Amino acid sequence: MKLLKLVPDHTNIGFVKLRHWAFALTALLTVLAVGTTAYRGLNLGVDFVGGLMIEARFPQAVETDRVRSTIAALDVGESSLQQFGDPNTVQIRLPLPEQGGAGAANAIVEKTRNAMTAQFPGVTFSRYDTVSGKVSGELIQNGVLAVLLAVIGIAVFSWFRYEWQFGVSTFVAIMHDLLMTLGFFAVTQLEFDLNIVAAVLTIVGYSINDKMVIDDRIRENMRKYRKMDMKALIDLSVNETLPRTVMTSVTIMLALGALLFFGGHVLRGFTAAMMLGIVVGTYSSVYVSSSLLITLGLSPQVSERKAAKTNIADRAERTGPRDDGARP
Amino acid sequence: MLNFSRWAVTAILLPLVIGILCAVPSFLPDTAVERLPSFMQTRVNLGLDLSGGSHLLLEASTQDVAKQRLVNMEEQVRTELRRGSPRIAIGDISSRDGKLSFMVRDPSQVDAAVERVRPLTQGAGLTGQRDFNVEVVNSSTIVITPTNAGIDNAVKSAMEVATEVIRKRIDEMGTREPTIQQQGGNRIVVQVPGLQNPKALKDLLGQTAKLEFKLVDTAANPSEVAQGRAPVGSEVLPYLDNPSGVPVIAVKRQVMVSGEDLTDATQGYDQNNQPIVNIRFNGSGGRKFGQVTSQNVNRPFAIILDGKVLSAPNINEPILGGSAQISGNFTVESANQLAIALRSGKLPVALTVVEERTVGPQLGADSIRAGLMASIIAVVAVAVFMFVSYGRFGMYANLAVAINVLVILGVMGMLGATLTLPGIAGFVLTIGTAVDANVLIYERIREERRRGRNVVQAIEFGYKEASRTIFEANVTHAIAGGIMLALGSGPVKGFAIVLLIGIATSVFTAVTFTRLLASRWLRAKRPTEIVI
Repeated sequence: MKLLKLVPDHTNIGFVKLRHWAFALTALLTVLAVGTTAYRGLNLGVDFVGGLMIEARFPQAVETDRVRSTIAALDVGESSLQQFGDPNTVQIRLPLPEQGGAGAANAIVEKTRNAMTAQFPGVTFSRYDTVSGKVSGELIQNGVLAVLLAVIGIAVFSWFRYEWQFGVSTFVAIMHDLLMTLGFFAVTQLEFDLNIVAAVLTIVGYSINDKMVIDDRIRENMRKYRKMDMKALIDLSVNETLPRTVMTSVTIMLALGALLFFGGHVLRGFTAAMMLGIVVGTYSSVYVSSSLLITLGLSPQVSERKAAKTNIADRAERTGPRDDGARP
Repeated sequence: MLNFSRWAVTAILLPLVIGILCAVPSFLPDTAVERLPSFMQTRVNLGLDLSGGSHLLLEASTQDVAKQRLVNMEEQVRTELRRGSPRIAIGDISSRDGKLSFMVRDPSQVDAAVERVRPLTQGAGLTGQRDFNVEVVNSSTIVITPTNAGIDNAVKSAMEVATEVIRKRIDEMGTREPTIQQQGGNRIVVQVPGLQNPKALKDLLGQTAKLEFKLVDTAANPSEVAQGRAPVGSEVLPYLDNPSGVPVIAVKRQVMVSGEDLTDATQGYDQNNQPIVNIRFNGSGGRKFGQVTSQNVNRPFAIILDGKVLSAPNINEPILGGSAQISGNFTVESANQLAIALRSGKLPVALTVVEERTVGPQLGADSIRAGLMASIIAVVAVAVFMFVSYGRFGMYANLAVAINVLVILGVMGMLGATLTLPGIAGFVLTIGTAVDANVLIYERIREERRRGRNVVQAIEFGYKEASRTIFEANVTHAIAGGIMLALGSGPVKGFAIVLLIGIATSVFTAVTFTRLLASRWLRAKRPTEIVI
């Protein structure tokens, strides 16, 4: 039986050689992403800006303009509509009344419901969300804090575990992944809500997984081939782990693809964010974080000293005689 | 290392079997689960986004609590000084800027007044902290200031009572398995699955249900009342259904009977078949009510709910026997709601809804179906891909993933964790990443084979070298998951739970379980060549 191999044996791509181009491209894309986010802003959901969200389902496809004019006639503030993949579902967002608290919000929901039912017979309302400004502020704060702490926690972990260069390069690469994702949401104007924060954190988790695998191999090779030039060593490590990187990315993409096409509209933004994150995360693992190690001046000697400090049994296992030569 | 002792095999398989068994009830219908032994009845809870229902976050105003305490204190001070003996005459008593201040008319009584007031301000706790500070300013004015500790205690106990009252009210509504939890200092989360009408729930929880009976001040000048001015000892309250057409009415300040004296409230009908609420008083409440109504026959009294007059009927005859009716402009539904609210007692503090998420049961069912569909397709796609790539070992990985999915469900059931929509996404992602560990191992085995190791050695080294990497990668992944769990709310948390459980179980199944399978096969067949 012939098995599928996505990456042929003995693949040897000179990733490190390309690093200056890659850095330039990465920097350019990152600046573009940040610029777009700053300029266009994110389409923040009610989770983060507060307000009222009603999801209406119509028995047949509906024109958003008609929905818009129906709601405009109610004088309940400026509405924003969003149609999901299927043309039968429309998400209506309204600002929360400044006074009157829960009662007033209720009244708006009722008013909108009644007007919509009158105008579009057969419409059903499948979801309401009401988030007050105060709560949404806290949600933003916690969301941002969670992401930042996760990134810092991971960077610190890989710094203590390996050399500081690994911590820095991982941190830079993950920040790159985050900014690119934000840029994606700024460009597409997909709704950015709490679910997306979960997706972003997953991207961080996946991306770190990817980088750890490569970093671990680099470290292993640094002990194995002490005389090897750093550039060649990193190229070797990235190439050695390339089959795994590609395989895993493909399996996750298969799973996410299923989620994108069959997972229902509620998860669509979430899935799109993760798919992009996988691509970006894989790119940054291969081209950014490992190449950055050279720029940061990582050398096998550093690893040598560190290895000496760790316990002897550990060192013996890793650096002891092993036949790595190609035996016939 | 490819040799497993009998004990090791048991130690590996036993938790997996238990995990899978725990997952079984989640797939069974309710009736089948009921017949299982109780330890087998743990199932995965479905989040509100999947089962449909409402999530409400209610917030109490701490200022309200503080204000209410000051009003109570004012009342206590008044009674203690004016009605106690010897009587101490005091001037205008006012609570402004969160303080209570009053003047003692006879300066020689100031010290005595402080002595009498002080016991009222003692905290109930054992800490010896005062709830209020009492000080004398300008030699004759006494100022009572609430301490922060006192306010905190008051808020804390108010929230405890409020949580209890809410629980009673929701139970009365007959909803199944509500979750009512206090969150932070002054918030309560209410989650009610499968709710059809969130508005009724919000109305019910938004009602303080403070019921009072007061006499109507018939002597008040109607035109002054219309302008919001009432005679001394009376107050103007809103009365929307006032037959006179003016939406206000003047009532005496003194409370005849209040909701605290209620023992029961039920919805009923009056002689005109209009919905009303029948109430029963306890002994002392009944006596008070009887006494006041005897003395005030042919005068109207006001039924006041949360500061608004519901109705102001005439007292046709003394109402003895401890039961009465509350009439108002009720529908059957609103009368029923009021009855529930009165039965469960009044909220010690008004609550406002600061966050609401309601998902219709239809959308929830659609989401489950879509999520299941996506999961199945994901599993099949990944399984086929793994088989095409790694042959026999791919099947081992697939078996590991399948078991992993079941064990995650089982663990979630045991922990009583809730599966949410993002949780399903976490699940699908876990399916994708669970094979990552196997991919790492198998790629390593391929590498070792290319280096010329024999089959057994290659597999042994593959597992050994890859295990370290898998460990590193998953620890960092778990760091991210842990932070999500600690800081996240709602969807972030739901996702983190599945992710963390998935990390733990996938490392176990992907590394240990497949190694067991591989070693069994190696020992049975002793292959000299493997397809990987």
